[in-house]
Amino acid sequence: MSKKEIATRDVYGQTLVELGKENSNIVVLDADLAGSTKTATFGKAFPDRFFDMGIAEQDMISTAAGLASCGKIAFASTFAVFGSGRAWDQVRMMAAYTRLNVKIVVTHGGITTGEDGASHQANEDIAIMRAIPNMTVIVPTDGIQTASVIREAANFYGPMYIRLSRGKTPVVYENGCNFKIGKGTILKEGTDLTIIACGIMVEKSLNAAEELRKENTNVRVIDMPTIKPIDKELIIKCAEETGAIVTAEEHSIIGGLGGAVAEVIVENCVVPMARVGVRDTFGESGKPDELLVKYGLTETEIMAAARHVLARKK
Amino acid sequence: MVNKDTIFALEKRANQLRQHIIKMICAAASGHPGGSLSAADIITVLYFHQMQHDPKKPTWQDRDRFVMSKGHAAPVLYAALAEAGYFSVEYLKTLRRLGSSLQGHIDMLSLPGIEMSTGSLGQGLSAANGMALAGRLDKKDYQVYCLMGDGECQEGQIWEAAMTSSHYKLDNLTAIVDHNKHQIDGKVEDIKNLNPFGDKWKAFGWHVISCNGHKIADLISAFEKAKATKGKPTVIIADTVKGKGVAFMEERPLDFHGKAPTKDEESAALSQLCQIEVPKK
Repeated sequence: MSKKEIATRDVYGQTLVELGKENSNIVVLDADLAGSTKTATFGKAFPDRFFDMGIAEQDMISTAAGLASCGKIAFASTFAVFGSGRAWDQVRMMAAYTRLNVKIVVTHGGITTGEDGASHQANEDIAIMRAIPNMTVIVPTDGIQTASVIREAANFYGPMYIRLSRGKTPVVYENGCNFKIGKGTILKEGTDLTIIACGIMVEKSLNAAEELRKENTNVRVIDMPTIKPIDKELIIKCAEETGAIVTAEEHSIIGGLGGAVAEVIVENCVVPMARVGVRDTFGESGKPDELLVKYGLTETEIMAAARHVLARKK
Repeated sequence: MVNKDTIFALEKRANQLRQHIIKMICAAASGHPGGSLSAADIITVLYFHQMQHDPKKPTWQDRDRFVMSKGHAAPVLYAALAEAGYFSVEYLKTLRRLGSSLQGHIDMLSLPGIEMSTGSLGQGLSAANGMALAGRLDKKDYQVYCLMGDGECQEGQIWEAAMTSSHYKLDNLTAIVDHNKHQIDGKVEDIKNLNPFGDKWKAFGWHVISCNGHKIADLISAFEKAKATKGKPTVIIADTVKGKGVAFMEERPLDFHGKAPTKDEESAALSQLCQIEVPKK
């Protein structure tokens, strides 16, 4: 695997500036985290179209909705915990119910937020955003894909929740990616089982698949950046063709990618399935790599889950 | 000065809105009469005097924007939109019915002429700020109006938004507080006191105007002063009576915050409203 790493939030800031040059209707809001979310890059380039709303996430989302109602494409950014949790009602009422063009692009998703601890680690955001009607929910896989996702977001009319990371993310799409909203990508073909992953867990899933080959297990790996609307056809196809599913996400096993895949599986084609993710618990302070190990977000966990579903398959 | 005929016509119109409110809430057998009636004169002045809007072109880009932050007062807005010609007055009867565009709380996607969906309190002023910022970016000179309840001002987001309006010096924005002094659980001052209310807004950097929210001439003059004020946003604290125009609702405002009158009460209310002789000045 490539060891090249790019922070998705850096790509976000750069892509916003490109979009800002191309389209004068792009406006960007932040809630006093512009340096961290990288929207400050846009603010520097287009000060008139950048609004730092101070530490007021609820106000930021409703203001973004007001701007969007007048034809602006409003990108609103903060950390994932605040963008999804603190402003949930505002997202529901004024971005989603209204189907307005508000793009909630959050950084510091998941446990790799690290040292800041549980208060800042969003492990539930995908679940609570996914439950809102009209919302599109995307977790980009790497920096390369993030650029496509942000561009697609600007072209797509309607509310979106896009979850980025704090740390640098291993590059999966070294040769470019063909991202389409609502579509998963087969990164590696296989016949014995399918691992469906998003975000930083995609690269780990590819590594796990390599390791499992030594055990004569032929694993298919799917990159599933769009959590909603989930790529139902691809999930069913994988379940039918490989007969077992493992999901892997940097999020609670409740209601995120694992939940979305399980909903498709139980209603369409029941096969053994296991979910790798944070197991219904809060995180804590620590280095991202230490936390990934402690909270079970590793190649080892993915391999154990794979062996478990394979055993149930027989 | 606005002439007497204009004022008289607006008073009649407000009375008409009040009758619609009673009829539609009774037809629905649910809804919020008290806070709709208290806002009837404010809404009348906005929709039939102050605001630039065109029922034939509800998405006209230069129109003034109105955000009903107190979304439960939907009936008064629906009544005004129907009277203005956005849809038929007949349609008001469908309030809160399955399949009707007249949702219990305001839904911008279901009706022309609605700028923002509301119902979860405290959010409208932020959205109005967004519209005012967009107007400035687009170099348009439309005005943005936002009506809030006084109880609603207990929501923290109102004050986040109040800081935003003054920070960005949004003088194309006018907020109005329907200061009827009651909320569901009791009097605002007993539940969670807002006073000194005007001073709070002043401290947040606003130009504050207090007026009688049932006197058309006062409201018109307040809106004119607001529009003429540059460099800061204006809030009009409109002193109102919950249930205004219907004696038994004015006397028992807490009974009619979110409850429909009975059939008998409807008749009594309508006969009172029909009898109101508009006072000559």
